[in-house]
Amino acid sequence: MRRWLPYPLLTLSLTVMWVLLHRPSLGHVLLGGAIAVAATWALARLQPDKPRLRNWLAMPQLLGIVLYDIIRSNIAVAGIILQGGRARRTSGFIVIPLELSNRTGLSVLAVIVTATPGTAWVEFDPAHGRLLLHVFDLVDEAAWQALIKHRYERLLLEIFE
Amino acid sequence: MSEAADLPLWAALLVSALVLVGAGLTLIGSYGLLRLERFYDRIHAPTLGSSWGTGGILVASMLLFSVLQTRPVLHEILIALFVTVTTPVTLMLLARAALYRDRTEGNADVPPMLSKDVPPTQNP
Repeated sequence: MRRWLPYPLLTLSLTVMWVLLHRPSLGHVLLGGAIAVAATWALARLQPDKPRLRNWLAMPQLLGIVLYDIIRSNIAVAGIILQGGRARRTSGFIVIPLELSNRTGLSVLAVIVTATPGTAWVEFDPAHGRLLLHVFDLVDEAAWQALIKHRYERLLLEIFE
Repeated sequence: MSEAADLPLWAALLVSALVLVGAGLTLIGSYGLLRLERFYDRIHAPTLGSSWGTGGILVASMLLFSVLQTRPVLHEILIALFVTVTTPVTLMLLARAALYRDRTEGNADVPPMLSKDVPPTQNP
């Protein structure tokens, strides 16, 4: 099993991607599955780190939170831009100490922070686990730190570490 | 597009609303990119276009073609996924390039390098 399917989740994702790109049919499931298996064999030769997913249940929860936050911050940032120069707004950098050190977890956090308008991932220092963010509407530094740490990092730690 | 006449009213309204929201957000994002003054502010504006700007148009597309072809058309999910996953690469490249430039020039309004002001912890 391990030999034939070194990355079962990736194989499944590639098959789903193939089927989504074509009209769903049994033929495409089989063809996509075969291509996915061959592709994961090629990947296994590269011997990448295999991320361990510890908590599956936290993943839909995180996805829901992120989708909601993206909608909310879309409205917030669009509002600020439309107000133009009239809005009194301070933007600035904040440093957030992170406990998360898993590379996959950090990549997911980078995607979340970037996909959410209003926050931008600027620099990460892996030696100290410190993240430098730029925040578009920086009212309360502590609130942003708490948001990243409690809303995203807690779930990411549950999933990846 | 002659098939559009077959579209039921509820779907037509919903699709139009979603396309307008998506296009509107993208327009606001582009306007922000044009009008904001500092580089670090400007990188936030286009994320409107790459999040729900794209999202609105893609959901509209999924809805329109699913209704017209009476089968679920879902490959737009892949577009959304790949746009979302690849944006951080460009953003980090731009932001870090700007940061290095500002630090080299000695600009006071950017923070110093993260690894400089505390010694590394002992255990990795």
